[in-house]
Amino acid sequence: MNKVPKGTWVEIEWVVLKPEERAKALPEDTKKVPYVMRVSGFLTEDAEIGQMVSIRTIIGRIHSGKLTTVNPSYSHSFGKVVPELLTIGTEAEK
Amino acid sequence: MTQKDMSYSAVMARKNEIMKSSMGIDYGDFIESPIAFDYEKMMAETGYTMEDIYRIQHETKVGNTPLYELRNLTEMVRKTCAPGKGARILVKDEAANASGSFKARRAAVSAYTALRLGYKGVVAATSGNYGAGVASQAAQRGLKCIVVQEVYDSRGVGQPEIIEKGRACEAYGAEVIKLTVGPELFYMQLRTLEETGFFNASLYTPFAIRGVESLGAEIGEQVRSRYGQAPDAVVITHAGGGNLTGTARGLLYVGCESTRIVACSVDLSGLHMASDHDFNRKSFTTGHTGFGVPFAVWPDRVDVPRNAARSLRYMDEYQLVTQGEVFYITELLTKVEGLERGPAGNISLTAAVTLARQMDKDQIVVVQETEYTGAGKHHNSQLSFARENGIEVRRGDPRESIPGKSIIIPEHLDQVLGRVQDIDRLRREYLANAAKQLPVTQWTENDINFLAADVKKDPAWVRANLPA
Repeated sequence: MNKVPKGTWVEIEWVVLKPEERAKALPEDTKKVPYVMRVSGFLTEDAEIGQMVSIRTIIGRIHSGKLTTVNPSYSHSFGKVVPELLTIGTEAEK
Repeated sequence: MTQKDMSYSAVMARKNEIMKSSMGIDYGDFIESPIAFDYEKMMAETGYTMEDIYRIQHETKVGNTPLYELRNLTEMVRKTCAPGKGARILVKDEAANASGSFKARRAAVSAYTALRLGYKGVVAATSGNYGAGVASQAAQRGLKCIVVQEVYDSRGVGQPEIIEKGRACEAYGAEVIKLTVGPELFYMQLRTLEETGFFNASLYTPFAIRGVESLGAEIGEQVRSRYGQAPDAVVITHAGGGNLTGTARGLLYVGCESTRIVACSVDLSGLHMASDHDFNRKSFTTGHTGFGVPFAVWPDRVDVPRNAARSLRYMDEYQLVTQGEVFYITELLTKVEGLERGPAGNISLTAAVTLARQMDKDQIVVVQETEYTGAGKHHNSQLSFARENGIEVRRGDPRESIPGKSIIIPEHLDQVLGRVQDIDRLRREYLANAAKQLPVTQWTENDINFLAADVKKDPAWVRANLPA
């Protein structure tokens, strides 16, 4: 496994509540799954993916959890073209 | 030091003490009974005048947003209605606020208050534009910011709009706690407040709602100075109730007593808001009936002891629109008005089309917000994501759509019709919820007067509609 150096921007995951620890009034599908949080920060010690680690967030707080992602980034987009939208408000529809 | 019990029930049991120390407000000062409280006293307790609110907001790039007349859209609507009908449609371009939405108004007053009271940071629980608003305002006031956000379903898949909102919070320097689906968001918020001792920048404090009053006041003044009359109707996208409450209060503040306050939500009936499966089957993350109806019929389901956002207190009418209608109008706004804006802000624009058609030509209907758009928030992103998640997307009659199964985009403007929700039914539901707090037999005259004001009716109406 590759070592992830201390100071790297990473994302961790932590099970906040196991299914049996969750709020009582939940829909059946939600009741079956744990309540999970993810948060990003700078790794406080060298570690490997999957290990329990600590991070220091952008505002300086410390969180612990399982190391899941190195350099977490955003890739959300405008999506694939939706042809149904194209002609709205154009000559083609007048 | 003994370790505090962090279990769900233990943290929830510490709710009152955590909230009291994180807000600088003692709600005990206003509460009169399990039902009644002194609403105006609570709103005044912020200590701010309207001038203070303007000043606070102008310091941090909020307010004074442009009001545009949508001439081309108005003309198009006039072609689909009876002669003499077709009110002018105006839009308040709230996307011009720092962080890109009207939510900056709420956030500005909260962040200012947090700083004034000596807190080192702010915490907000929201999956909406409010997170970015708080983060942007906190950044300007030198405060730390934590946003607690519901982002993913249990597969780790997030709605593109929510992913974008989380990104924006991080862009403004906030720590973002990203959670899976569930009402335990409130638990996480409480935990975070307790751990940090930060200010609770709740959406529902008097500070947040007073912050929206400037929006209503600006609309009243802008319309009056330009057209010499008060707006005949103002349409407000409705979810938690703060947008409607603050705007209506601001309009009243500048003397627009006759302006009709129209709520509008996207109809998502049938989808469960706490369902892991349904989470990604909706194409709107706010401004929908999944929030709008429950918050109207019981405002106090929130992260503060008494909600300052009380929509039925100000609402005259409640319009519902479909997802497809809003996407159609969003595209039309882009193509014929040259304004590319986010869909959530266009919910009220969709209802405004219906209202304008019924109103006289010399009348004015104002759409009181827009929001920024971009990757994830764009209506094309939403529709593309819906299609990938098995939702049918097609052109046709929007009335045939089924939330969570299909999105039907109108073929023509005359198919944008919306529908009216029975507001008296909501009022009665509210009374039934009040009866769960205190049995009807124990309601005092003060309780009845409070309930009447809270549903915009007189005490006789409440007595005639007592829950069984």
